[in-house]
Amino acid sequence: MNARIESLPQTKPRLADDYRHFVRYRRIALTVMALVLLISLLFDIATGPSVFPITELVRGLWDPSSLSAGQAVILYDVRLPYALMAVLVGASLGLAGAEMQTVLNNPLASPFTLGISAAATLGASLAILLDLSLFGLGQMYAVPMMAFGFAVLATLLILALAHSQGAGVETVILFGIALLFTFEALVWLVHFLADTDTLQQIVFWSMGSLSRATWENIAIVAVVFTFCMVLSARSVWAMTALRSGEDQALSFGLSVAKLRLVVLLRVSLLAATAVAFVGVIGFVGLVGPHIARLALGEDHRFYLLGSALAGAIMLSLASIASKVIIPGVIIPIGIVTALVGVPLFMLLILGRGRRV
Amino acid sequence: MTQSGFAVNGLSAGYRGRKVLLDVSIETIPSHSLVALVGPNAAGKSTLLKAIVGLAPARGEVWLDGDALQRLTPAQRLRRAGYLPQTLPQACSLTAYESLLSALRAGCPELTVQEAEHNAESTLDLLELRPLALRRMDQLSGGQRQMVGLAQVIARQPRMLLLDEPTSALDLRWQVCVLEAVRQLARARGAIALIAIHDLNLALRFCDRVLVLDQGKVLASGTPANFQSDLLEQVYGVEGRLEHCSHGHPLVVVDRAL
Repeated sequence: MNARIESLPQTKPRLADDYRHFVRYRRIALTVMALVLLISLLFDIATGPSVFPITELVRGLWDPSSLSAGQAVILYDVRLPYALMAVLVGASLGLAGAEMQTVLNNPLASPFTLGISAAATLGASLAILLDLSLFGLGQMYAVPMMAFGFAVLATLLILALAHSQGAGVETVILFGIALLFTFEALVWLVHFLADTDTLQQIVFWSMGSLSRATWENIAIVAVVFTFCMVLSARSVWAMTALRSGEDQALSFGLSVAKLRLVVLLRVSLLAATAVAFVGVIGFVGLVGPHIARLALGEDHRFYLLGSALAGAIMLSLASIASKVIIPGVIIPIGIVTALVGVPLFMLLILGRGRRV
Repeated sequence: MTQSGFAVNGLSAGYRGRKVLLDVSIETIPSHSLVALVGPNAAGKSTLLKAIVGLAPARGEVWLDGDALQRLTPAQRLRRAGYLPQTLPQACSLTAYESLLSALRAGCPELTVQEAEHNAESTLDLLELRPLALRRMDQLSGGQRQMVGLAQVIARQPRMLLLDEPTSALDLRWQVCVLEAVRQLARARGAIALIAIHDLNLALRFCDRVLVLDQGKVLASGTPANFQSDLLEQVYGVEGRLEHCSHGHPLVVVDRAL
């Protein structure tokens, strides 16, 4: 065989060089996505009931002292935290969805498939219903902490059950779906038991809203996202290899069960943190990875970052839409993501159908 | 055991109380050899291949070049003995070249980027897959994906190749190409190939030895020239003959099922 390889004509272009065109295209696509996100972020900050011209906004971001006291409050206490939270939560959900779709080998998987959001909703609902103030922290902290705690608990339960059965893909998904229905039923039970005011609070929480964004929350989501992104980057080749199939990945010597366990823990941390601070935001974790896959393929060096960017862009655009659909009213962002995301998703699917 | 080559001694394997392999032993197979593993469905061929690399729970001894493979982790075994699973690589959005690179980067982390690229490219050329390299796996046929799967194994340059039905989805030309390429690897690199295969004519034509497995036991083992037609009735339950074509190649002709 060596003789045959060495006798290859030297003029033949190297495949690695041909392949670099793909890589270059993907780098450009990622850069374009990052620019779109930046523009969307600026528009999101500029959009709101009071007029805030982009030029003043950019100057204010650069030099806060150029703003009036009112403008500074609007920019730094309202617009900027909301907009940054949208970007971070979108990126977290996009990354979580992409990793989950890979390790569960299912394009329908998202952080919500396994009932993580339903568990978080139950935790938050209980905190609101029972008027919990954990260790005297008050309801402001008790609600996200309960949401996070229940989301993590749900994941640990699924992983423990699945692990005892060999952590197969179908097992994980089936347990997830079973838990989803169980938690939803329990949430309805809480609804049934709650009085009108409490019920209104619970329903509003579960719609998903950026209005709970504070700098403290943003820092937590940012740290968790960065931590998970760095860990993801270390297993990009293993996850790319897994796309060839589980039997193939095993034959490469990869420990697929361990990879799946570690990734699902990471996904639940990402999703639970995001859901705890903004409530339930569906669709981003499902559609973000699909957009990235269409634009960048499934080489996870590009796909994971692309999914995070696509999720961030979606939620940032949804945040703008939530403010402009009805002037003067901010519609809960969880409603907007589905209303804007579904037609976008359908366009993508139809476009793909035509191309194939 | 200290000499080079591959041997199995008293290997038993099974799943959840069901025994699939019963005390299987294989005499030393020297370097440069192609061995066909034949037998009816559910004879234990796939389980034997998996047990050798540690992907199926098993007891017994597996020797490669004097080393006891059962003392190594599955990942270490799979570096020495490359295994091609029976299932085809999935139709995904990776290009064939990317799926090959990912197999190398994930399975052989010690390789540099340049080495991985070189291995991938030379393997694609060996298997005549260069025209498919930059096409997506979900745009390839089943047979083409099977070829990419084989490339994923060969590119890792293992000492031994364990191939589970590598020609099951291939047309006539590619079946011959695959066996010729594997034979070329065995001759040039001194590799050993153990190939589970249903097509007895391909097995008899290309392999140096044929191992007949039935109900988890080795029923017969020998060179293609020693293959007895009465095994057809005994193992497969068919009435058949062993003929020779005008080129002298052995040909199995099946007359009817019994």
